[in-house]
Amino acid sequence: MTAVATSAPVTARPRPVADVWTMLRRSLLRAVRYPGLTIFLVAGPLVMLLLFVYVFGGAFGAGVAPGVTPGAEGRAAYLDYITPTLLIITVVGGATSVATSAAMDAAGGIMARFKTMAISPGSVLSGQVLGFVVQALAALVLVLGAAYAMGYRPDAGGLDWLALLGLFVLLGLALNWLCVAMGLNARSVETASNAPMILLLLPFLGSGFVPVDTMPTAVRWFAEYQPFTPIIETARGLLAGGAGLEGAVAAQAFGWCVVLGVAGYAWARSLYRREHRI
Amino acid sequence: MPSVLSGPAIEIAGLRKSYRSKSGEQQVLNGVDLTVPAGTVTALLGPNGAGKTTTVGVLSTLLRADAGTVRVAGHDVAREPDAVRASIGVTGQITAVDELLTGTENLRLMAELNHLGRADGRRRTAELLDQFGLAEAAGKPVATYSGGMKRKLDLAMTLVGSPSVVFLDEPTTGLDPRSRRTLWDEVRALVTGGTTILLTTQYLEEADQLADSVAVLNGGRIVAEGTPAELKAVHDAGSLDDVFLALTEPPTEAELDAADARTTDKETVR
Repeated sequence: MTAVATSAPVTARPRPVADVWTMLRRSLLRAVRYPGLTIFLVAGPLVMLLLFVYVFGGAFGAGVAPGVTPGAEGRAAYLDYITPTLLIITVVGGATSVATSAAMDAAGGIMARFKTMAISPGSVLSGQVLGFVVQALAALVLVLGAAYAMGYRPDAGGLDWLALLGLFVLLGLALNWLCVAMGLNARSVETASNAPMILLLLPFLGSGFVPVDTMPTAVRWFAEYQPFTPIIETARGLLAGGAGLEGAVAAQAFGWCVVLGVAGYAWARSLYRREHRI
Repeated sequence: MPSVLSGPAIEIAGLRKSYRSKSGEQQVLNGVDLTVPAGTVTALLGPNGAGKTTTVGVLSTLLRADAGTVRVAGHDVAREPDAVRASIGVTGQITAVDELLTGTENLRLMAELNHLGRADGRRRTAELLDQFGLAEAAGKPVATYSGGMKRKLDLAMTLVGSPSVVFLDEPTTGLDPRSRRTLWDEVRALVTGGTTILLTTQYLEEADQLADSVAVLNGGRIVAEGTPAELKAVHDAGSLDDVFLALTEPPTEAELDAADARTTDKETVR
């Protein structure tokens, strides 16, 4: 047999930072090429905002704030109450999209291609997770702008806004890792967003739209202990300029984000390393 | 830049692989032995469900072998998967392109993941677009490409890192005769440049046209190996079609069902 001259492999050592950066840029480029998904991220919370404020708000507002009369005053009070919730829902919406996106990669051949390349194995999913965190932040600005146009005036100061940014990034990372795993675990692209839909329901079963103390005991018990209640309360407190925000609640919100994120990361990592389905 | 690959490009000894699914355990590869010399084209032939794709899966580090040793470009696939990955390029049955990006962007993505550097990446991208006749469509989203163009881009993406061993799993399935011939020309050009190629195909003419050596996979084993001419002579056959028919049994209903279930079903693989 003759020895044959071939091109040298460029490098056998993965470069995680460069690879994550490349994959993040791919994710953002896809978002630019297919803006429908990002528009959907904004449209969902926006429709809910309009519906809940202009249709239900007049009546609901009187229920969430003591001494508020139904009608215009109620609507203003309710806008105050649910804007933080809808910002959180915007982040959750981004996470359901990352599940679909991951499932698309897995169903097409491109994920198999990435797996046969000498790249950092974590970069493929990290790029998706970070890309959708960036998209969620862009969507948050738009939703907040819409609420502002409707008359929403948060009392948050500079540090509060910084803390909010931290909360949204942390929550985005946590939910995106969880949803990437759900997307990889799905049997098809069509069913990839089914499991994450449960996450969209949770703010309703908490303090997102009405105070938990108005709920029957069993529901209230669930509402008080599920992750979204402290997360929503923390966002609400920070937007109100820190008024009424208890340290314990903020700590719970932080804790839940870490737990969900670590669990999601570990699950996604094990699904990615699982033998490829052929 | 060229390095010398001495010794065989692919060495497979006693490779076994089974899948576990709801319907039980199914042995797909049952002791495959195969050696592919560097700088040659070997065609892996076999009926549907014979284990061709599974073999490529193990060679390209996507699947783990149950038993046997597999070395690609001198590296053990189980112990040094990253060294193997740095040496190979894979074009699987499913076209592996990003449909939302343009042809240029897809190739640049590969250049970046191969850590080529900006200038080299651009040069390589332009070179491959030209070579595969995609320069005109380079700026358009891949979703607008025809099946043949996608397949060409797919192969071009596989070649960005100048791999020394290339796996092509049914690369021309579904292509029209002209696109098929273009791909054949590319394969011949690669081999002239010193690349080793293992291709699976259902088109026996393809194997006849391209392969230095043909291995017939049936029932999880290699049942015949040789040059196309040798196989025809041994089996006293006029074409590889006749050799294929002589060597492979028609699959039973159960085997076809199992192969079908493997491709459509979600399953637990070991």
